[in-house]
Amino acid sequence: MEVSGPVKTARDMGLVGCTRCYTVSPRGTAHCPRCGSVLQSRDRLSLQKVWAWWLVGLMCYIPANLYPMLETRTLVSAQSDTIVGGAVELARHGNWGVAAIILAASVLIPVVKFVIIAGLALGVWLGPKVPEGRRQFWYEVVEYIGRWSMIDVFVVAILSSLVQLQALATITPGRASLFFALSVIFTMLSAQSFDSRLIWDKGQPDSASTRRPPVGDVKGDLSA
Amino acid sequence: MSEKKDQNQAPMTTPQTSTQHSPVPADLERLIACPNCDALYTAPNVASQDKAFCGRCHTVLIAPRRKAGKQLIALALTVLILITAATLFPFLAIDAGGMHQEASILQTAFAFEGALLGLSIAVMMFIVVIPMLRLILLIYVLTPIIRDRPPARLAKPAFRLSEALNPWSMAEIFALGCAVALVKLSDLAQVQFGPAAWLFAILVVIVVVTDSLMCRYSIWKSLDQ
Repeated sequence: MEVSGPVKTARDMGLVGCTRCYTVSPRGTAHCPRCGSVLQSRDRLSLQKVWAWWLVGLMCYIPANLYPMLETRTLVSAQSDTIVGGAVELARHGNWGVAAIILAASVLIPVVKFVIIAGLALGVWLGPKVPEGRRQFWYEVVEYIGRWSMIDVFVVAILSSLVQLQALATITPGRASLFFALSVIFTMLSAQSFDSRLIWDKGQPDSASTRRPPVGDVKGDLSA
Repeated sequence: MSEKKDQNQAPMTTPQTSTQHSPVPADLERLIACPNCDALYTAPNVASQDKAFCGRCHTVLIAPRRKAGKQLIALALTVLILITAATLFPFLAIDAGGMHQEASILQTAFAFEGALLGLSIAVMMFIVVIPMLRLILLIYVLTPIIRDRPPARLAKPAFRLSEALNPWSMAEIFALGCAVALVKLSDLAQVQFGPAAWLFAILVVIVVVTDSLMCRYSIWKSLDQ
């Protein structure tokens, strides 16, 4: 069973919903009476916060690609690899699969994340070209995959603590690992700052004709 | 809101009988707003194992499970023990050129030195401190509820913090990192799993199950008495 007709939002009804416990309060309530979270019908500063974190994240992502991620020292050679350099090296040795995984996790996913977050923020700002459901989907994708990028930093940590074979071979983490971790953290904060309710606001008819009768006769009531 | 069945009201714990203590205004008590799209609904009675979705953005709003509280506590305790054990034992070991080297979580977290020391602390937080803190808070919040006692002191801020820590709890991501490291090293040296690696493999599964059992709405409702 799905709700038919235009959906009514808490804001339309002069109410404000809590994003943590879903409780509804009258507009203007400062804190949720149930869970104590700060209530805001829409986060006015949402887009500013998104862009601020996004920019810092992008600024950290550039050195993350320029500095070496891993420094490998063996009996015969010393080598420092950037993220892309390491993947190219693996591919040259015929390890196409691993190279592809590394490129996907450390290059493709972060870049896609920057693009999606920027797209979502621009969509709210300029008026979207993509339907709400699709944008909600991408928002959830970014929220979900964001933390998984940290896997690269963990792999570097594991490799460097494991490969400590004195003269034979040692691996030490490079400076890029710090910038990469910061970039992941900042993009996560950027995605978290995005108020997804903004996706659904535009394009909603907000005229008096669509106003609903007062609470108690809510359209979305399917418990009856 | 879509839902499959509408009988057998089975909230996560005991049904709410006394609502007069609730600080939520009575006329708004039955209403819920979708956190993702702000659509307003009257909260239906959802049967155990059923789910109520937002009709517009398809976010799962209510997904109560019978005995979820007890199961969550049991799983949380299991994960706590697993993380403690996984911290102490080595999870990977390599043999190359007659040399043997093992790595445990503590060694891994402190792999970063000098200017990267901050990263050591962050790794420690992400894979040990935050997951454990989150689970301890969850156990603290849920235990009085399943025993039909009034909520613990500061239960609400505790659960709020536990929820806020959720995205930063990365133990399961670290577990997958072990597998990637194993593949990367496999042609350089001989790599073996230590005991902690198996603990981590179990942990990944349990973390997924725990997340699927959580019904935020039900827990918040139980705390509001």
